[in-house]
Amino acid sequence: MKAIRILIRGIRDAFKSVIRNFSLSTAAITCSSITLVLVAVAMIISYNVKNITSELEQELTIVVYMKETGTEEHIEEMKKNLDTMKESGNVADYKYKSKDEWKLEMKTYSDTFNTALEFLETNPLLDSFMVTVKDVSHLKETTEEIRKYESVSSADYGEGMAENLVIAFDVIEKVTIIIVLALVLVTAFLIGNTIKLTIFSRKNEIEIMRLVGASNISIRLPFLFEGLFLGILGSIIPILVTIYGYVLLYDHFNGYLFTQIIQLAEPFNFILYVSGLLLIIGAIIGMLGSYRAVRKYLKI
Amino acid sequence: MNLIEVKNCYKVYNNGVTAIADLNLAIARGEFVFVIGASGSGKSTLIKMLYREEKPTNGKVFVGGINVAKLRNSKVFKLRRKLGIVFQDFKLLPKLTVYENVAFALEAIGLHSKEIRPKVIKALENVGLKDKMRSFPNQLSGGEQQRVCIARSIVNEPKLLICDEPTGNLDPDISREIVSILDKINKEFGTTIIMATHDRDIVNKMKKRVILLENGVLASDEKKGSYVVHESH
Repeated sequence: MKAIRILIRGIRDAFKSVIRNFSLSTAAITCSSITLVLVAVAMIISYNVKNITSELEQELTIVVYMKETGTEEHIEEMKKNLDTMKESGNVADYKYKSKDEWKLEMKTYSDTFNTALEFLETNPLLDSFMVTVKDVSHLKETTEEIRKYESVSSADYGEGMAENLVIAFDVIEKVTIIIVLALVLVTAFLIGNTIKLTIFSRKNEIEIMRLVGASNISIRLPFLFEGLFLGILGSIIPILVTIYGYVLLYDHFNGYLFTQIIQLAEPFNFILYVSGLLLIIGAIIGMLGSYRAVRKYLKI
Repeated sequence: MNLIEVKNCYKVYNNGVTAIADLNLAIARGEFVFVIGASGSGKSTLIKMLYREEKPTNGKVFVGGINVAKLRNSKVFKLRRKLGIVFQDFKLLPKLTVYENVAFALEAIGLHSKEIRPKVIKALENVGLKDKMRSFPNQLSGGEQQRVCIARSIVNEPKLLICDEPTGNLDPDISREIVSILDKINKEFGTTIIMATHDRDIVNKMKKRVILLENGVLASDEKKGSYVVHESH
């Protein structure tokens, strides 16, 4: 019962303090709102970049052409090799396409192809495999590994461009994550500062509480709740901005940004997830910021 | 049994000043003790050690069986709940009424409001301020404010009342009134009272035990002493 009373008193005092120090609270809420909006933007960019990268990565395939002299046995052997690589190597999956299938497919492309292929007695095309990989960063090594097989004529992927794109997106993703972390720290610092000022304004009260034997937890609790409230209040505007802003952006661009390649992530449930995360970040850093201030300035 | 025991106690501040040197003291339950001495004699340091605002550098200080020298910061509240502290500057909260100021001490330790009310009223009756419980501190005289501070310190029915120059800011008549309230608390409730003071008249009139500190050392300890201080500067 006593613990519950201390808890209720903590919440009540925190509310009182937020209202009593209205201008200070407003300043803290505004500052954390601004930084959390930036956190939200960085999170949205980071998620979308990740989304685009993973889609691009799925598209990346190694095209393996078998030698012209290859026989059925060679193809079976290659299938076995790829199966082994699938089990213990970097191969995610592969598709076999015989030269006859290629021929049929090419015939449908245009009449010229059709006539040319009909004219030839033998099929000049090659048997092939479309290989997808598990880890794109080892795409090059996997390609080289495949090239080593004798029956393979060539193995290629979009060398250069594919790698550069993956590297670029990787850098963007890392930078946005660093920005998110930095902004989270800034918010914690701002809320901590506000709590520090309210601690100063209530210095006498705290001193008397200590002298009459209030436990540390009952002195700290109101400040921790105050940080929590400020954090939660500071995350409301960023949440609204995220939900309405992202839906508007998505609708405005019809889900694509600049080109058809860059596809935006579906708004739902993605923005709900971002909003939830903002609320949690706001609440936790509010508490952490005030915990730090309380520890430093209460000396208890 | 002794309520306070100080054994071979030393207090040296970080700047090298020795405030207390090899102090040995024992104060029994129910005693009324004056601690006197010139400025810088170590009175305040001794008083502050008793409620663990300061920690002894060496030696032991037992208050109600608790060795304050070994008491961790996080456990200090357990000691403070057992004692009341009266200050020279009253330390009242200006935005709270007299009643709220006294109730604050009980609210802070998590008591239910139903338990708080009768205790607060009883404490205010004991200091003769029941009719002013709705007043704010700035509407009271200095003596009345000090009585509120006393009410707040006894509301939790402590075994020990520590008074750090409680009459320092008051005129002689009011000072006598405050000390007579403390004397009443000592006699009626058996509360041990330790009072650091500079007030010669009060010490001489009360004929209580007087502990004299000089440069942090116990210079005299008399059962029914009087105010004799050799000013060191």
